[in-house]
Formats: sequence, C-alpha cells, structure tokens
Amino acid sequence: MISFSVNRQHVNLDIDPSTPLLWALRDHLGLTGTKYGCGMAQCGACTVHLNGEAIRSCVASVSRAEGKEVTTIEGLSPDLSHPLQRAWLAEDVPQCGYCQSGQLMSAAVLLRDKSRPSDEDIDEAMAGNICRCGTYPRIRKAIHRAAAMMSTGGAK
Amino acid sequence: MSTLQMERRDFLRLSVGSGGGLLIGLCVPGASKLAVAEERSESAFMPNAFLRIGTDERVTVIVNHSEMGQGVYTALPMLLADELDADWSKVGYESAPVDPKYNHPVFGMQVTGGSSSVWSGFEQYRNAGAAARTMLIAAAAQRWNTDPATLRTESGAVLDSTNRKLSYGQLAEAAAKMSPPANVTLKDSKAFKLIGTPVKRLDTPEKINGKAVFGIDVKNPGMLTAVVARAPVFGAKVKSFDDSRARTMPGVRKIVAVPSGVALIADSFWQAKVARDALRIDWDEGEMRAFSTSQMMQQFREQAKSPGTSVRRDGDPDAALSQAAQKIEAVYEVPYLSHLMMEPLNCAIDLRSDSCEIWTGTQFQTVDRAAAAKAAGLPAEKIQIHTTFLGGGFGRRATPQSDFVVEAVHVAKAAGAAVKVVWTREDDMQGGWYRPAFLHAIVGGVDASGNPVIWRSRLVGQSIMAGTPFEGMMKGKKYDPASVEGVDDLPYEIPNMAVESHNAQVGVPVQWWRSVGHSHTGFATECFIDELAALAHKDPYQFRRALLTKHPRHLAVLDLAAEKAGWGKPLPEGRGRGLAVHFAFGSYNAQVAEVSVTDGKVRVHRIVSAVDCGRYVNPGIIAAQLEGGAIFAASAALFQELTFENGRLQQTNFHTFPVMRMNECPEIETHIAESNEKSGGIGEPGVPCTAPAIANAVFAATGKRIRKLPIRMTEAA
Repeated sequence: MISFSVNRQHVNLDIDPSTPLLWALRDHLGLTGTKYGCGMAQCGACTVHLNGEAIRSCVASVSRAEGKEVTTIEGLSPDLSHPLQRAWLAEDVPQCGYCQSGQLMSAAVLLRDKSRPSDEDIDEAMAGNICRCGTYPRIRKAIHRAAAMMSTGGAK
Repeated sequence: MSTLQMERRDFLRLSVGSGGGLLIGLCVPGASKLAVAEERSESAFMPNAFLRIGTDERVTVIVNHSEMGQGVYTALPMLLADELDADWSKVGYESAPVDPKYNHPVFGMQVTGGSSSVWSGFEQYRNAGAAARTMLIAAAAQRWNTDPATLRTESGAVLDSTNRKLSYGQLAEAAAKMSPPANVTLKDSKAFKLIGTPVKRLDTPEKINGKAVFGIDVKNPGMLTAVVARAPVFGAKVKSFDDSRARTMPGVRKIVAVPSGVALIADSFWQAKVARDALRIDWDEGEMRAFSTSQMMQQFREQAKSPGTSVRRDGDPDAALSQAAQKIEAVYEVPYLSHLMMEPLNCAIDLRSDSCEIWTGTQFQTVDRAAAAKAAGLPAEKIQIHTTFLGGGFGRRATPQSDFVVEAVHVAKAAGAAVKVVWTREDDMQGGWYRPAFLHAIVGGVDASGNPVIWRSRLVGQSIMAGTPFEGMMKGKKYDPASVEGVDDLPYEIPNMAVESHNAQVGVPVQWWRSVGHSHTGFATECFIDELAALAHKDPYQFRRALLTKHPRHLAVLDLAAEKAGWGKPLPEGRGRGLAVHFAFGSYNAQVAEVSVTDGKVRVHRIVSAVDCGRYVNPGIIAAQLEGGAIFAASAALFQELTFENGRLQQTNFHTFPVMRMNECPEIETHIAESNEKSGGIGEPGVPCTAPAIANAVFAATGKRIRKLPIRMTEAA
C-alpha cells in the first residue's frame, strides 16, 4: 500500500510500487490531465509537482511519492485563476493542448522560484517540455505576463 | 486493485462531444473539486446538422472537422455565430458524429486535411447560422404578430423597432416549429462582427486545467488496456511466440495474435507494457529484413540519372541546356520523417455483437468507419465514431488503411471486453506511414546576362497515393501529384522547363505529413533558385522578383517578408539571411530566416513569415499556425531523420528524433496580407518555406550550400 496526497487529498494505492507515478495518476486515480508523451523523461508532458518540485512522473515510480504531496494540473487551480492560466488565456497559448499541462506545471515552479524570470531563465526551466505544435513563443510571452501579474499583486 | 480514501466519492460524467448524446461514466473518486461535470446543453432548437440552441441560451456548434490544434473548434463556430448574430460568450462546440451530412463539401467524405477546414466550411457554416437566424426572426414575428422584415438581431436576441427583445433561448422552442428557409442572404463582409477578428480560442480553458479529453484519456466502464507487440521490420509476420512468463504477470487478461502482431490485454497500461517486455516473439522478417536507407538513397541517385515520367515540359529543355552560358547541377535529399504527434496513437473500442463504438482522435472518420465495419463484420451504419481532441495530427491520423483503428477492432474481438489500444512513443515512431524520403536532381542554366533559361527537376521518391483507396486521385497519371506538387507549378518565368518523376518502389509505408509534397519541393526549388541567383551574381530577393512579374500574390508576400525582415540591412558579424517563397494549399507564404553557425551548429535567431491566405477568419489563429508551421519545419530541417539498417528503424524516441525546444526556438514574426481572394489554407502553407529559408541563410552566413536535410555542416557543399 502506497499512501500519499494528490491535490491535497489523501490516497492509498495498492498497486505495484514500481508503477510509474504517471500511470498511477492516469489509470488508478483517473487524473488524466497529466499526459504520456515519451516514457523516458524526454518531453515533459507528464510533469507534476512532488513536494513542490517539478518531476517527470513517467520515470518516477509511485513508491517515490510515499508520504509526499503530489500536485497535478487538476490541482493547479480549481477555477483557472492561477496567474499562469490567466496568462495562457490572454496569449491564446495552446494549439492541440496535449503538452500544455506539463508546460504549465514546469512554468509554475519557475515562477515560484523566480518572480521575474529572464528569457534565459525561461529557456532553462522550459527546455525539458516539448511542444510539437510550436507554442513556445506564446509560452514565453505568457510566462512574462504571469510574472508581471504576480508582481503587481495578482491584478485581475 | 486500488482503495481510495477520499473526502467523498463521486462519479463524473464527462461528455466527449458525441452527437448521439452519449455520456461516458468516468469514475474519478474524489475529484469533484477538481473537475466540473459537463452536461450537454439543452437542445430546444436544432435547425440543421450544425447547430443547437437551448432554452438556456447555449449555442452549440457541431464541428465536422477534427480539432488537432489548428483552431477549427473556434474558426468554424465564428462563421456560424457571425451570421446568427449570436452572443459569442454563449457559443460552444461539439465534435460531429460520423455521418454523411458532415462530409467535406468538396472531398465528399468526413476528413480533416489539406488545410481545407475553413475554406470548405466558409459558406456551409455561414449558411447554417443564417438559416437559424431567419427561423428565430420568424418565431419572434409570430409571437409579436408583426412583419419579420421589421425585426433585427443582435447579440443573441431578436429586437423590434421599439427595441422590444426576445432572446434566442426564449425563442428556441418556437423557432423549432418554423420551416427552414429555402434561401438565405449572407451578410456583406462589412457587417462581420467576428469574422476577421482575433477572437480567443474557445478550447483554451479545458486545455489548461486537464479537462480536455484526448483519445488516450478515454475510459469506458470495464475497459481494459492493450499494447501490441508489432513487427520489428515492415511486413514481418509472427512465426510463434512464447508468453509463458508474460501470462503469469499481474493484471494480464489475454495475450493473442492479431494481424499486426501480438496483443497484450491487461487491466492497465503499465501492466500490459511490462508484460509485453516479457514476451518472446519469433518473426518471419520477410523481404524488408535487409533494407537500409543508405542503400535506398544510392539507388535513388542512380535512378535520377535517367529521365522519369514527364510531369511538365515547357519550351525545349534539352536544347536550352546545351546552349546555356553557365550551368549548375545540384542534388537535394530529404529523409523519411515521423509525424510525431505529442499524443501517441490510440483507439478505444466497445465492440458488441451488433454494433461498435469507437473513441479516437482521427482525421478520417468516413474511411475509418468503413475499415472498422469491414474488420468487425458489421454494416457501416452500426459503427459509431466519437472524435476526441487530437493531441496533434499532422496527417498521421488520416490513414487510408485506418491502421490504428482496424488493429483496435481486431484487439477488441480478442478481448471480449471494452478495450483501449495505446501505442508507446516507440510504437508510434516505428509504426510507419512516414513522410517519404525524396531526392531532387536539378539542373539549371543562365544566359550571358544571368537570366535563367532552363530548369530541369527530376524527382525520385515513393508515391503516397499509389496502392491506396486514393489511387483514383492520380487520375490515370503515371506519377503521383502529391509527389510533385510545388514543383509542377513552379511560378518562376523560365522559358525552358522540365519536371520528371520516378515512383520508387519501397516497402516502407508512407503518408501525407504536414504540407505533403510541398515539404520537400519547397526545400529543393527554393534552394535551387538561390543557387541560380548566385550563379548569375544577383541578389536572391531581386532575382526572384524579376521572375515573378506575372505572379502578384507571390510578389506581394515576398516583398512583405523582405521588408519586415529588413532584407539588405546590415546584420551582426557571423549572421546571414535567407529567404523563400512558395504557394501551397491555396495560400502564399514567404519567409526570411536569420541564422548563425558556430562550431558546425546552426542557430536560427529569427524567422519573419508573411502570408496571403485570401479572406481570413481569425488572424490570431493564423499567426499561431505560421509560428507553429515554422517551428515544425525547423525541427525537421535542423534535427530530424528516420534511417533504417537491417530493416530496423534506428530512431525510437525524442532523444534520437529531436524536436525543437524552447531554448532553440527563434523569434518568430508573422504578417498577414489583406486580401479579398477566396480563402486558402493555413495549417500547412507555413511549413514549406522554413527549411529553404534557413538553408539559404546558412549559405549567406558561411558560403556553404545545404543540399541535404537535416542540415549537417559537415555535409555542406
């Protein structure tokens, strides 16, 4: 039995502890917002937070989450109020949308650590998240916009 | 088995947008705070196949094209909503079921491809909105006992001359009793409120909170998950397999041979995948067991030495070649490419004795339904397809053979339960249906004044159409139009021209890949015109201009891109600019790329892309498609290549078939030329110019010619 919290709710899972956290979330907890893209930490579509740090859940076994807190895209904000989500709406970022959960979860950790990230900071934090549709220019703009919103006290 | 201790348990009902009103019961214990159950809006008024208006004021537009990122769930509703005078904040979308009434009006089947959704729906969706508006006005006129001609519509309501108002929701039930008008008058373009404006995409909210349902996310009651061990070599057949270990593994339900390999059916994806790793299969590898792409390209080079099937012949190319003052020959080569959608292929099936339901992200509903019916042994009308969001398509999800759907039907037959077949990234990359490798051998010459007098292109590559149900599109020609598009209509005014095609016979399954033939013809022709300009000692921009005097739309985008990019203005040391212009899918695109090369590594700093796509619907989406098209093409130009040795694909995942990343992405600037011409496409036209613009910029920066993709400076001429 593996016990951890997902989006502030306690869960117990009785599954093979070597199951990747990604598949525990998707197949056993029904949280399909976290996506499978490569299975080898190459694309970032599966990015979630483990105790606040961005990890690639496709290569992290579920046992690593034991006693810890997992946050997925479903837990980023219940009502699209996170500054990144508001910035994503304003910049019309997604195309197919498949990679966007991972992009947002990586960007959320970046903004927590750096309130006004430079382009170089964005390059570094986001280089692990592939977007095949090519939304990078808009992701960059949206991260800057979200940072600006947050620095002005989350102005609506 | 999982046990969950949650604050509360809940069953969410997630609509996957089926016109048949089907709701999938998705058990998401405790997730009630995180996701909002979506119910279908009321449907008091359904004037036609494309629209429902509820008494709750919701306007639901049924979209007959698949949403794969290109924005059809916004652009097509805009067309309808503008004519309807709907309140845009009340407008939603739903994917159409498979039904002839949702056929593409030109292609005659339900399909998303050829960059055609907006132009093919331009009148269709406006007519649907206008017809509904007429019926709503008629309902209001009846209610008020007045002449319909005295009424007007505004933001989801009918108003009379005294500004008395009835909302569409209030009128919906009465409007449903009105007869549809025989004819409708469409708005003058000056009256458009939505069309032509950068309306925000309707599908963004559910794509940034994890709610959007892609095929891979579908979960039906009792559904199992399967992975398939497919042939390591194209055409290989299973001789025998040993599943003694795999079948004892947890969660494994069935292991069965299917036509494409061996299916592992388990309770969950990971269990199926782990069990597959424990399976031993003995393959009869067949004719492709020794196949290598390096040998194939050598054969292509040999084939290009002899004349191919004539596609175009102007003037007297042979005489012109012998008389040209200066000549140049170049061979351009491009590799097989994977579409590499972020969402790997998948297909969920519920196969019953008398019917079958399919949930998948497909671009090809009509073809998939026919293929699934055949595989299931059911009449086509017993097959329902629920089109989910597509996590990218780029042509891969429009397979003439419906490979991923047909396979899933076979797996479902064996499973005896609802099942979803999921492809791993490796499965997806190795599963075939690639952009074909191509070789262009081009010879050109200029006269003593540097004017081009002869151009001869010989192409060698596999046909996409031949041998498929779409062979008819070759219209009896001995060449495949999809192989030569973009060179057969080369716009440059050159008096003697020959285009010849060799159809290579290779056992690698190939398919349309974003921009199809243009993905290689744009590269070869726009690089070679640059080589001719250099031969004539002329500026590549001015050289093109002089040859395009009869093509004003080419010229206009070329001028726009050159002007915005600052063509001719000084650049920092080590940088070079290159340009390209190309017509594809009804639209004209020109791009200027700015690059530098350090230690053999090409860095693209900036791309300026200008398009004339005729009358446009949403400039925000057009800009996004130009940005995305350039990045998609730059990934291929800089990094991507599929190679085979001993019949086996050498690439498996993103580490061996890289995609451009944030830190490698250039600044991209897009410009739209105003135009009143018929709408063209936008999903694909932004692709062809990128590779040649980059290659020509590399020449400007280094003096080295790029004739092979992906770009490797060690192979530059």
